[in-house]
Amino acid sequence: MSIRITAPFDRQALSRLRAGDSVLLSGTVLTGRDAAHKRLCALLDEGRPLPISLQDQAIYYVGPCPPLPGDVIGSCGPTTSGRMDAYAPRLMDLGLAAMIGKGFRKPSVVESIRRNGAVYFAATGGAGALIARCVKAARVLAFEDLGTEAIRELTVEDLPLIVAVDSLGNDLYVQGPARYARA
Amino acid sequence: MREIDIGRIEETVYALCRSACCEIGGDVLGLLEQGLARERSPFGREILRQLIENDRLACARHMPICQDTGMAVVFMDVGQDVHLSGGDLTQAVDRAVRRAYRDGCFRSSVLDPLTRQNTGDNTPAVLYTRIVPGEQVEIAVAPKGFGSENMSRLGMLTPSQGLEGVLDFVVETVRLAGANPCPPVVVGVGIGGTAEGCMLLAKRQLLREVGAPSPDPALAQIERELLERINRLGIGPQGLGGDVTALAVHAAKTPTHLAGLPVAVNMQCHAARHKRAVL
Ligand code: SF4
Repeated sequence: MSIRITAPFDRQALSRLRAGDSVLLSGTVLTGRDAAHKRLCALLDEGRPLPISLQDQAIYYVGPCPPLPGDVIGSCGPTTSGRMDAYAPRLMDLGLAAMIGKGFRKPSVVESIRRNGAVYFAATGGAGALIARCVKAARVLAFEDLGTEAIRELTVEDLPLIVAVDSLGNDLYVQGPARYARA
Repeated sequence: MREIDIGRIEETVYALCRSACCEIGGDVLGLLEQGLARERSPFGREILRQLIENDRLACARHMPICQDTGMAVVFMDVGQDVHLSGGDLTQAVDRAVRRAYRDGCFRSSVLDPLTRQNTGDNTPAVLYTRIVPGEQVEIAVAPKGFGSENMSRLGMLTPSQGLEGVLDFVVETVRLAGANPCPPVVVGVGIGGTAEGCMLLAKRQLLREVGAPSPDPALAQIERELLERINRLGIGPQGLGGDVTALAVHAAKTPTHLAGLPVAVNMQCHAARHKRAVL
């Protein structure tokens, strides 16, 4: 059974999720990947304001394809989250509540997730066409010049996710493989 | 001497790019179905079901299987009795890629490695040509995403490490990659040659029909053993735990230097896209 959850998040509802829960996410999420994260952190370094609010938001690590005619977005599956590990703790400290991507996070990011009561969700990598069906609207919010890497707001409906790291720091990328490894 | 107009090459590369990004092969779909039948993990099964549904949807709607439509890697075996006329081959391939990625609504992922300035049209393509006997041109297009490419590894082993060292290196590469290359993966393995030749040999193995064993019985045995060991790692679909970590291992070897034992692993995600045509 999947748990329904809405973004931006109610932190209480978020804190009840456990690694291994299946979730259907509706609401709005921000998108951002390598280049957008680099710019956000450069702005922070310079003490300048960010073009978006991160409070209780989710960032989905994705660089979508252009939409087919008549569609709101093209294929839009997750990218490898580990490349955002260098930036993620800083954004969580500023209020970011959740990240959506694929692949394991560094121990320092898991620790930051725990400290901030955040959650890291896994989306299915390489299921970009299927995931696009869950996206009902998309608009660019910042860094339009970055093209596919721009920060967008996506309105999603019943996006299927799995809780990979919960707010207690339980990590499905460690627990899952350990359960199925055969010597 | 056979004359082939460069325009025909362009049209062929264009069509191969368009279909490769949207139409997964029956080989991959068949192996995903087989994986679904033996996967113990409920998450693993759910993910495999999603991938099969995704691949069918992409094909039906003619949209990309995955948003990472990759770098366009083009392999061309040109018969030595062929004369390519009417233009520059590299430019023709880049024109084909530019048009295919624009018309197909594919993502432009190619950029300057240092300034990170996107070229905007997914060019340049990566083009490998070989001169072969005959008067045909064989073209294969394999769009390569970087979630998996980033997890590739080259080992310049010492001869004392032998076959055991080679097997351990391949398994260790898959273990280190974990969830990142979107398992279930296809593992391309090159053994021997020079550093760069070994990696290219590994990449060429990704062009084979996925799951078809090497015609060399010794290599086929190595492929079986590696697949067995990799699928015991427990990584599973999307690295969340399970039995189906790899769909196939494809290995090949080529002579190397008496002082060396290179082994290369080119990781390929389940979006194992490759299309081929012969002119
Ligand atoms: S690794 Fe493959 S399936 Fe995963 S996002 Fe990249 S191209 Fe797509």
